[in-house]
Parts: sequence; structure tokens; C-alpha cells
Amino acid sequence: MKKSFLFINCDEAKHICDKAQYDEATTWEQFKLGIRLAYCRITKKYSSNNTKLSKSIEESKVQCLKTEELNKLQSQFEKELAKQQQD
Amino acid sequence: MPKHQIDPNNWVKLYSDYLFNYTITRVNDREIAQDLISETFLAGLKSMKNFKGEASERTWLISILKRKIIDHYRKINSNKGKAEVRMTYNNDLDTEGDWLEERVADSTVKTAEEDLVNSELGDAIYDCLGKLPEKQADVFKMKTMLGYDTETICNDLDITASNLWVIIHRARTALAECMQDNWYK
Repeated sequence: MKKSFLFINCDEAKHICDKAQYDEATTWEQFKLGIRLAYCRITKKYSSNNTKLSKSIEESKVQCLKTEELNKLQSQFEKELAKQQQD
Repeated sequence: MPKHQIDPNNWVKLYSDYLFNYTITRVNDREIAQDLISETFLAGLKSMKNFKGEASERTWLISILKRKIIDHYRKINSNKGKAEVRMTYNNDLDTEGDWLEERVADSTVKTAEEDLVNSELGDAIYDCLGKLPEKQADVFKMKTMLGYDTETICNDLDITASNLWVIIHRARTALAECMQDNWYK
């Protein structure tokens, strides 16, 4: 089936919606998403939940360790764990 | 039989981020937060025998961490001697009256209540993240919380960009559902 220039399917709309949460959707993609949102309840629901999640994460200011920090912590702990198991 | 078992082999993987989030909001310094977490794990290892299994491992580790944070502040205060408040205001006529405005509470400063809500919201997010498969949680954290760009994550985890977006989609769908059940309703 030929892909439509303007009208996107639900999966594509969800993908654009995900990208939009990280400001990675292009203006054209956002435009196509906007059209889909106008008539698709499933996309609308997904978009609403997705935006709500992004907002919650932003509000909570939740933080986590960087990969290298986590690796450092892991190696330090493994050394101590090995020591403990030897004793 | 105790309700919860203890297994230190998975502590770093399972609880580091949760403990880090708990600590960073209280000490506001990444280095210090990591040191405190490391100390917490070590203290946990040493006192494993005291784990009765009534609370979860995470709750038990948090109780150790709380004491570590209190000790950290005690140490700072004893290093400084006594807490000392110095206010230096000059008598310059041009700035007369400015001190009052400087001391008026900033309306943008969050209240303790807001802090508490945000902290509970953070806990709810971490609870939901904990239910995701490990790879989904890792990719989601890297992309959403650490703000790594797509290329960096793909290189680090050896995945393609389209694979990343599939993982992100699954993670977001599961998280939104979990948050809907546990927080929004």
C-alpha cells in the first residue's frame, strides 16, 4: 500500500509523539501528528498520557546516576563484597 | 520465614538510582551523594546479619542511608565549629531599605509541602521504573533523566536508533499505565 503524504497511521503517530517528548520531532512530523490527533481517539489518548508522564518526570526532578558513576559504584562494591565473602 | 530475603549481589543494580535520587535531593552534591550511597552499601554488608526480613531490602537500605545523611551533616557542622550566621550590611544611604527586600521570601521558592509531593512523585516513578525490564529501564533513564542523545545511547548499548525508539515506546507505555494505576488516580 502506498504511504500517504499527509495522513499517518496510529503507530507512526505514536512514534512521532514519543520523539516530540524529547523535542526530536520535526515541524513536519508534528504537523502530521496534529492532523492525526484531530480525528484519532487512540492517538489522542496516547498523546495525553505521554505528555502527562513527561510532565510528572519534569516536576519530580527525579535524578539517576550516570553510566560511569554507576560502574564506579559497582566496581567499588564488588571489591568489598569479595572481601566480605573471603572473611 | 521472613517476608523478604537479602541478596547484596544485586544491590547496586537495583537500588543505586533510587538511593541516589533520595540523597541528591538532600545533599545537593553528586560526589557526596555517591560517597554516601557507597557507605550505605558497605554498612549494609557489615550489618546483613541484622536484617530481619520484615521490611524490603530497599526500605532497610534507606534507613541506613538516612543515618548516613544525618552523620554527614553532623560532620559538616562539627567541622565548621558552631553554625555561624553573619550578616554584613553597609550603611550606605543609597542602599538603605534594600536589605528588607532581599530578605522577603522568594515566591518562587518551593514550600516544604511541594517538596514532599515531588519526593513522593519521584518514589512513584522509581517504583514504576523498577517494574520495567532492565534494558527498557536503562534506555529510558539514559534518554529521559540523563538527557543523553540518541546516538550516544545507541553507541553505548550497541543498538540501532529504531530499536531505541521501540524500547522507549514500550517503556513509556508501561510507565504511563503504571503511573495511571498508582499515582494519577
